[in-house]
Amino acid sequence: MHYDQARWTEDEDRYEPLLSEKDATAVSTDDSPLPDDLTRDSLELPALSEPELARHYTRLSQANYGVDSGPFPLGSCTMKYNPKFTEALAGDARAALHPDRPEETAQGTLAVMHRLQDCLGRIGGMDAVSLQPPAGAAGEFAGILVAKAYHEENSDDERSEVIVPDSAHGTNFASAAMAGYDVVELASDDDGRLDLAALEAAVGDETAALMLTNPNTLGLFERDIEAIADVVHDAGGLLYYDGANLNALLGRARPGDMGFDIMHFNLHKTFATPHGGGGPGAGPIGVTEELAEFLPRPQVREAERSEASDGASGSERSERHASHETPTAGRSLEESEREPSEARRHASREDGDSSEEYELFEPEHSIGKVHGFQGNWQVLLRAYGYIARLGDEGLRDASAKAVLNANYLAEQVDFEVPFGPFHHEFVASAGDRDAADVAKRMLDYGVHPPTTKWPEIVPEALMTEPTEAESKRTLDQLADAFDAVAAEDDETLATAPQSTAARRIDQVAAAREPRLSWRSLD
Amino acid sequence: MTDHSRAAGESRGTPYAPHTPETTAAMLSAVGADSEDDLFDIPEPVAFDGEFGIEARSERATRRHVEGLLGRNDDLTEFLGRGHYDHYVPAVVDDLASRSEFLTSYTQYQPEVAQGFLQALFEYQSMLVELTGLDVANCSMYDAATALGEAATLSQRVRSVSGDRVLVPDALREGKRAVLENYADGPGVAVETYPTDDANADLDGLEAALDDDVAMVYAENPTVRGTIEENLGEIGDLADDHDALFCLGTDPVALALLSEPASVGADVVVGEAGTLGVPAAYGTGHGLFVTREDYLRQVPGRLVGAAEDESGRRTYTLTLQTREQHIRRERATSNICTNQAWLALRTAIHAAWLGPDGLLDLAESCVTEARDLAERLDVVEGVRAPVHDRHHFREFVARTDRPAEAVRADLAEAGYAVHAVGEHEIQVCVTETTADDADGLVAAVEEVA
Repeated sequence: MHYDQARWTEDEDRYEPLLSEKDATAVSTDDSPLPDDLTRDSLELPALSEPELARHYTRLSQANYGVDSGPFPLGSCTMKYNPKFTEALAGDARAALHPDRPEETAQGTLAVMHRLQDCLGRIGGMDAVSLQPPAGAAGEFAGILVAKAYHEENSDDERSEVIVPDSAHGTNFASAAMAGYDVVELASDDDGRLDLAALEAAVGDETAALMLTNPNTLGLFERDIEAIADVVHDAGGLLYYDGANLNALLGRARPGDMGFDIMHFNLHKTFATPHGGGGPGAGPIGVTEELAEFLPRPQVREAERSEASDGASGSERSERHASHETPTAGRSLEESEREPSEARRHASREDGDSSEEYELFEPEHSIGKVHGFQGNWQVLLRAYGYIARLGDEGLRDASAKAVLNANYLAEQVDFEVPFGPFHHEFVASAGDRDAADVAKRMLDYGVHPPTTKWPEIVPEALMTEPTEAESKRTLDQLADAFDAVAAEDDETLATAPQSTAARRIDQVAAAREPRLSWRSLD
Repeated sequence: MTDHSRAAGESRGTPYAPHTPETTAAMLSAVGADSEDDLFDIPEPVAFDGEFGIEARSERATRRHVEGLLGRNDDLTEFLGRGHYDHYVPAVVDDLASRSEFLTSYTQYQPEVAQGFLQALFEYQSMLVELTGLDVANCSMYDAATALGEAATLSQRVRSVSGDRVLVPDALREGKRAVLENYADGPGVAVETYPTDDANADLDGLEAALDDDVAMVYAENPTVRGTIEENLGEIGDLADDHDALFCLGTDPVALALLSEPASVGADVVVGEAGTLGVPAAYGTGHGLFVTREDYLRQVPGRLVGAAEDESGRRTYTLTLQTREQHIRRERATSNICTNQAWLALRTAIHAAWLGPDGLLDLAESCVTEARDLAERLDVVEGVRAPVHDRHHFREFVARTDRPAEAVRADLAEAGYAVHAVGEHEIQVCVTETTADDADGLVAAVEEVA
């Protein structure tokens, strides 16, 4: 399965120069239609023909590894295959509206958003969803602001702390701090899970929220979740669900049913939109009914809603949430949307020609905004396409295969895998080897290595998430790469990689003397 | 039968897992489980055995469904701006950025196999450095509003004396202000306004609002009403006199022509980088963030640096990661993690495709097209344009005798979208994508004004 990159190290001439090394040109602004005191003097940028540009970026792409190149088992990043048809959807000219379009002229866009809000609510067991946050971390920030607004609305102003387990994503700590909270870190129990006794000792009148990932970053389900929820709620705090690992639970468990009050979804992870070298993503948040009034503005809802139908739909869902009961057969999207307006609806769902009207609205005590407009809309569109394609069975099966793949791979690797049983990802320990060296050597076997040295609970961690997209054959080859590296000597690991476009990069020197633009190069 | 099934009779599941029933069985056997259900370690009380009620569709049917929904959007010619701009994105951007090695990759945690993306991001940073004259551009902000929020919190961290106010123009777009207030809330910063005069900064008013507890002064060029700010140097001086940071909001097209931020004393430049490379995707943005080297260690988000590998070759890597949330956690410069890299790639390709000539031409057309359209609307009875006696970039405000909302609605009926920004004020934005439609807009305004 060797993934061949352009081997510039072996051939000096194939090294891809910077744009600025090809042809930079300066132009003067003297002939501009503005007076000189409002303009710059000149502008110097590279000037290339389109053919040169096409080769430049094509060659750069060849020096880059993606999911379509080979397995990409970065734990907690959920690098799964992204269906190609969602790209076609995202490129649809009818989706490319200006965000200030009057809502009556943007009904198609709002219809997609409304359906996505509804689907995410069902999947998360949440009563209301806002699609605005443009990334998972932005969702965390928005969610914590919702918690803060809730406490303030209840004149519960003394809550100054957010509790975060030590295994949590680093963004949890940063997001809570950004919102003005002191972060209380909770050490994990010996079994890698949240330590209930430590939680009981940590919560109190100052607790605004507990942020929890379930399954956690060790891939372990927090089995005490009901007790955890009780402890937090009894103290007057709220329970926040970090959705980064939701791919492990689709159709198996829902944060709302577990007692979570607020959650974010990582659409780019769970619902398969390409990660694009690190974004754009989308981090919608879901909340229980009592927190809905605090969501960011604007949100989308059906216009001309009759009070009766709205009330029925809302209360049914909140009852389900409150009692932790699950219906044996949920109503289909189509059914629930049809009920309020049966007479007006005439077209089939397949062509989406619904006559339902949608409008934007501001929740009563909205926290305001966490994005200038509506977040990363094209990601929302891709995610909706993915959900609409898979449906209940497909989503449930995606989780099943993700969990199966992680368990299978963990069984095959020669490194020790502490803790368990795990779900969609596992953390192996490189033991007395340097996890970073292990990762570099894996590159020589043509595969992308796992996330390294995190979470810190496991020494020399190799945090591995194969996702559902990998076949047994690929997992076997990935395991072979792990095992081959495990058997090699330290010297081989320390001098890896040997077969990639670039050899081992000195990141310490790069940080010591930062060179961040071509102006800073010799 | 939909195209879900790879084999006749197989039960439907995700079409994107390669497993056959045989391999699934073999894998289950290898891990000692009887079924996939056995692998889930979920206590019964919180297990979900219901259904979402989402019906699966074939790929063809899904596309038809979503395209059907999107087909409900009205086909309007948009003369809309106010911080979000539609410029023509050349086909080469879509084509090259869609190469799957770019599109399906992740954050460059293993730089040895991510040199392509890292170099592209380094080039993106470099072009922003050229455009602003400042030293450090990051490549990971969500949009103009969140970049402004990050600038405000940066000003708090870098300022030598404590200050807890940031000043923004009273005409700041409401959405931007709402985001800024959320960012400012945590560190306890107050967002306050200074007055504008004929859409540009009122220097006397700004001076009166300034005090030594101001951490940052924010101004835009062009302003939200499309005017070109004439007093940037003075605003920078006033901020400097009070040891406050001067933060300038702009975009890469405007930067090609308008005063270089470094020359007017800007300490931070924020704005919308997605004016290049990103279509008007219902607000999908890409934040611009450039600052002085002095604040390097306080910059939020991702930075790509040049490095050397063992063979001595120049390479690229994510750098200064000790600022970031995965290392510093609650002491990080921000919670910014992975986000807009692919959009930065698109901006870089678009900027490189235009080159200096093309970019300058585009910027100049933003001045001339707006000026020409304003002149044409000004002669329409019942319309005066532009309202502000200023130079304009892309957009301008026009006064209408009829209520602006009625004019806006009638224009939408006629197939044209403009903003209603006051009781008798509409705002019109024209770029090269709508310049050819200006005749139609003028004719429509003649009908409805």
